[in-house]
Amino acid sequence: MRKWIRLLALFGAFSLIAVVTGCGSDEESSAFKLCAEGETDGNLNFYNWSEYMDPDLIAAFQDQHGVSVTEDFYPSNEEMHGKIGVGNSGYDLIVPSDYMVSILISDELIQPIQAAAVPNQANIAERFGDPPYDPGAIYTAAYQWGTTGVGVDTGVTGEDVPHTWGLLFDSGLAEQYGLSGKISLLDDPRETVGAALKYLGYSLNSTSADELAEAEAVIANAVSRIAAFDSDQYSELIVMGETVVGHGYSGNFLWDFEEGDSTYDYFVPDEGGTIWVDNMAVLADAPHPCTAFAFMNFLLDAENGAQLTNYNWYASPNAASEPHIDQEVLDNPIIYPTDMSKLEFIEDTGDFEINYTDALSRARS
Amino acid sequence: MTVAATPGLEYQAERARSRRGFLLGLPAVIYLLVFFVIPLGIVVAYSFATRTRTGRTELTDWNIDAYGRLGESVVRAVAFRSLWIAAVSTIICLVLAYPLAYFISTRRPVTRNLLLVGVMIPFWSNFLIRTYAWRVLLDSDGIFTQVVSGLGLGDGRILFTSKAVILGLVYGYLPFMVLPLYASIERIDWSLVEGARDLYASGWTAFRRVVWPLSRPGVVAGSILVFVPSFGAYVTPAILGGNKKGLMGSYIVDQFMDARNGPLGASLSVVVLAVMLVGTLVYFRQGGRNL
Amino acid sequence: MTKGVAHSTAEPMGLSRWLLRGHSAVVYAFFYAPIFVLAFYSFNSSQIVGKWSGFSLRWYGDFLENENIQESIWISVKVCIASTLISVVLGTLAALSIERFRWWGQKAFDAVLYLPIIIPDVTMAVMMMVFFGEAAELFNAIPGVDLTQGVEKLVLSHVAFNISFVSVVVRARLANLDATMEEAAADLYANGWQTFRHVTLPLIMPGVLGGALLAITLSLDDVVVSSFVSAVGATPVSVYVFGMLRKGVSPLINAVSVVILAASMALVVASLVLERVTSSQKGK
Repeated sequence: MRKWIRLLALFGAFSLIAVVTGCGSDEESSAFKLCAEGETDGNLNFYNWSEYMDPDLIAAFQDQHGVSVTEDFYPSNEEMHGKIGVGNSGYDLIVPSDYMVSILISDELIQPIQAAAVPNQANIAERFGDPPYDPGAIYTAAYQWGTTGVGVDTGVTGEDVPHTWGLLFDSGLAEQYGLSGKISLLDDPRETVGAALKYLGYSLNSTSADELAEAEAVIANAVSRIAAFDSDQYSELIVMGETVVGHGYSGNFLWDFEEGDSTYDYFVPDEGGTIWVDNMAVLADAPHPCTAFAFMNFLLDAENGAQLTNYNWYASPNAASEPHIDQEVLDNPIIYPTDMSKLEFIEDTGDFEINYTDALSRARS
Repeated sequence: MTVAATPGLEYQAERARSRRGFLLGLPAVIYLLVFFVIPLGIVVAYSFATRTRTGRTELTDWNIDAYGRLGESVVRAVAFRSLWIAAVSTIICLVLAYPLAYFISTRRPVTRNLLLVGVMIPFWSNFLIRTYAWRVLLDSDGIFTQVVSGLGLGDGRILFTSKAVILGLVYGYLPFMVLPLYASIERIDWSLVEGARDLYASGWTAFRRVVWPLSRPGVVAGSILVFVPSFGAYVTPAILGGNKKGLMGSYIVDQFMDARNGPLGASLSVVVLAVMLVGTLVYFRQGGRNL
Repeated sequence: MTKGVAHSTAEPMGLSRWLLRGHSAVVYAFFYAPIFVLAFYSFNSSQIVGKWSGFSLRWYGDFLENENIQESIWISVKVCIASTLISVVLGTLAALSIERFRWWGQKAFDAVLYLPIIIPDVTMAVMMMVFFGEAAELFNAIPGVDLTQGVEKLVLSHVAFNISFVSVVVRARLANLDATMEEAAADLYANGWQTFRHVTLPLIMPGVLGGALLAITLSLDDVVVSSFVSAVGATPVSVYVFGMLRKGVSPLINAVSVVILAASMALVVASLVLERVTSSQKGK
């Protein structure tokens, strides 16, 4: 019996301490360590999307500054957010997308960029200098950007397919081009419901319950014609002939279409679509903030920024880099779309966010 | 035991034995207390907490709203579909695994170990890449599709259907059925079977009356190990089923990740845990006797 | 325990014997079919896994050049060995304690022991992540412990679910296993450890081995929990691969899997040969 009491006491003490330290960590001091240009304060822990960084650039930075870089990867913003959100993650620099940036800012998980340490921030194009998710670009510096749209096997459909979201959602078009059972949609509430909203002519950041219900009906109606909700292999599915049209991100289509035997096309539908920007941000509890800012500055350098785009084929937000980017990349309309007017950022909708997830869940239940 | 003549001595021996049993279990008890029960307490706390505007879970304004949402028809549909798929997968696993486990148990010891490890080795590759390999086997001109159609077993094109999901689950969890079955069949005293065979004359009856009852603990353990993860699976349904029909695993993931709705994800988890735990305990107590 | 005699009487006769063999062959084919597919496409020159476009070793070359992947394989191996060893010991003891003894609070422990099996992956992942996040300062206060780095969190989490899986398999073995032999031994030696070492352990060994195999598999294959608790610079290969999927399924992953499979098969064969050699020496 005594053992049990001792055990219980241990358990109690442990959970108490856990709660207390948990509360204690909330009162983060707001004064961040100041860094000078090029100053380093230890080895960098970099948390990035996979296949997104040229290893040569990392090697060059290591040589230049005499620090080592550990790069870990995450497959989604949500997973990254989960991990760094609980604190003490040990990471210095992350690359969140637009809507995630605004969440990180309001939860005080990232720290403002120290202009003195990152003079190359001036290289960023005007378009990305004042984004809606981070007004004034106080906290983040754009890394790469791209679009979300539709990839098509034009060898099957013919070159003259209409550039509309209807290819994914419309039963008439599905019949006309033989798309039934040959369509894939992203498995992502904001992107997929957003595409349906755009198809209906609404904003993809709509917070109207009625508009959302309409979008839900559009998806529910399309489910029987859809092969898969897939966020990883949509471009391979097209190249392998399993699907004919797919909803996905610009860069992936580009890589895989090079491997296929048919002719392919990617476009952002005329109704408009998503533009996304991934951004560099330094964590509020980064153990080595100065190295992080030094690395940020290094990547915003004109030539380094160009090298990054030439490596991963995503568009560069770095205006100064343009002269150094390969011409074939600059001329590629998939990477650099000609009409930017109808592109919209996904923004965090706060409490309404759960309705997007619910709508997609109901549409396929 | 005749040694314990007086009730006092017997009681003391009983207590000493009980203490030894407790001490044996103690390391696992402490470990699970610290690294499982306390973390689980966090989930329970989350289920009564509040989602902030940015999607954090704040331990304030305790409420049971998240549990209220579990009555929605989506949740019911998802739960029943998951139960059905998990049950079918479990039965298929049992049908496939039992003869295999029996076969392995009747080999010579060296062959036995080799065969057993042979069951596990494919699963030391990578889960995701194995599942994607199934996609290749199942696609329109895949080998599986062609063999099934070629044998006249109907339309082999099952990729992105519930059939593909079940196939994937059976594949993924079959070893979990084989191992406990093997562990319980292998220890059967075959002289009993021989005796039974002399009595009943039919091998089938001997099996039904002797082998099957003796292997029941393995059947029970195996079906739990298959049923439970099948119920909560979400990677296999996503890759092979195209995620067109919501299942419990993906529904919980969606709540935790996409919606960043910790309270709802947590309340779902708590309910799933509670129901499954009761089911498992009842099943184990029953299963030991009359399966 | 009935080694040697067992297979002669246990195996059914005539037709059912061949049905049993045929069935087992088909099930093994089922187990290995996707393995052949993934091995085949690891030699594909195209980056699309399901589309053959010629033989090439380029993905193996990529693998040799990719230090990150090699590092992550070592992480996985370390985590796998450590977590399997710990959970086999703790899980077997727990199984013995529940099946062989009666003590106060046992029923509750029995129930808790099932929870890690029942809990959905993602729930376990989230709760371990939050737990380590909240308790980080507590743990880091212990001298020599730094949970922001290294494989500790991975090992701790894998053990947390593997204990239960091991104990379930061992219990399936222990249940109804006649305790008279152990009691007789206990009367003879009057020493708990000797009874365990010479009687109980050999009896339950197939269960322990099965549990260990399960633990190895679960540890190597876990993506969800691992991706939430892995520390800086300690990404296991399953999580690394999960991250790579964003750029589609590259045959590089197939090549990695083939390397891992080949290595584990070599290990298994080596251990079997070793066992043969030692047991034949003992025999003579």
